[in-house]
Amino acid sequence: MSLYASGNQTVGPYLHIGLDWLTTRDIAARGAKGERVAIEGRLLDGEGVGVSDGLVEIWQANSHGKYAHPEDQQKKPLERGFRGFGRIPTDDQGAFRFTTVKPGRVPGPGATLQAPHLVVAVFMRGMLKHLATRIYFPDEPSNAEDPLLKLVPPARRATLIAKHKAKAVLEWNIVLQGKNETVFFDF
Amino acid sequence: MNKRAATKRGELPRYRSFHPGTQPEYSYPPYASTQKRCPTQPLVVAPQTLSELTGPVFGYGDIKPTDNDLTRQHRGEPIGERIVVSGRVLDENGKAVPHTLVEVWQANSSGRYPHRTDQHDAPLDPNFSGAGRTMTDAEGRYRFVSIRPGEYPWRNHYNAWRPAHIHFSLFGPAFLTRMVTQMYFPGDPLLEYDPMYNSIADQKARARLISVFDWENTVPEWALAYRFDIVLRGRDATPMER
Ligand SMILES: [Fe+3]
Repeated sequence: MSLYASGNQTVGPYLHIGLDWLTTRDIAARGAKGERVAIEGRLLDGEGVGVSDGLVEIWQANSHGKYAHPEDQQKKPLERGFRGFGRIPTDDQGAFRFTTVKPGRVPGPGATLQAPHLVVAVFMRGMLKHLATRIYFPDEPSNAEDPLLKLVPPARRATLIAKHKAKAVLEWNIVLQGKNETVFFDF
Repeated sequence: MNKRAATKRGELPRYRSFHPGTQPEYSYPPYASTQKRCPTQPLVVAPQTLSELTGPVFGYGDIKPTDNDLTRQHRGEPIGERIVVSGRVLDENGKAVPHTLVEVWQANSSGRYPHRTDQHDAPLDPNFSGAGRTMTDAEGRYRFVSIRPGEYPWRNHYNAWRPAHIHFSLFGPAFLTRMVTQMYFPGDPLLEYDPMYNSIADQKARARLISVFDWENTVPEWALAYRFDIVLRGRDATPMER
């Protein structure tokens, strides 16, 4: 049997009604090991205005580089209570903030190893299908050999790498259009 | 875990690309808000890695058994026409997607959301919040009880009205199966004027977002029923499965 996937539709302006119950701003709440970090930023439209009816979802490995998912069969420890999922609605200014631990490295295509990264899905009113992007970490030598970063035109790579803002605080913005437009992926 | 899912090289099978015309584009001028919110640079085509082939796992512990009945969340019953909405979640290979989280939200029977930015001059219903969630069973089936949502105006163009709809959010087994969509009702005269519905170019794919009147699941003297099946992205067959 072969079917076609159903069509995506926008979350619309009232997304909070259905999705807020699962808001998760602390991804590594229950004593997960690893380097703690807060990530904050804004979701900005083509005029530089913050998107107040948006949402980001995060998916990540733990600090050992292991996903809490049955198909990750690497022999690395899982931590009880670490799901690796975040859901963060934007506020009136389009800002979002969450805390987590820096993930470990996970395998890439072939024999490659990926640099530490968070996978991000972006939803909002005015977007008919969510966008996929990634957050990488600053001062991370392995970024240079990351198989996905290598596919991104060098001038645009910086949009995927968070910047230091304060001690243990990183800044990463999502720019939908224009000069520093964030790189989005098609998988 | 299905060991057969792994290919010879120990890599996991990929999800197929969407069939042309079955998904909306990011820029769709008839839906005006897309214009300042769509990427203008091409998406970077990337390989599917372990990061995208996995995704969050939810369980029955994340929800309450009553979360699938939107008519029983308050002391009284909501005003409106009671409905049963059920269906199956499948993948593109026709296989059930079991034990996956399904979230829904909708307007009340007069077309109003209890949301601070909803300015529509229609009554709120103190007995209706309009949100529910459930897990699919082992065969991918889900079921909600609700009331039929009302149509509501929006400001996209002159005299714009949304057809009656229920928002659906699904995860499936991977980051790549994440889907948010909307379920519509059969025979709704507003569908042909709706930019969101029409954003899907393929007519058949578009029509699959319309639920089917479901006589089998009607409850005599209590509720009419609608069936809405949802198909998530599916994986390529592995060499062993071919
Ligand atoms: Fe709606």
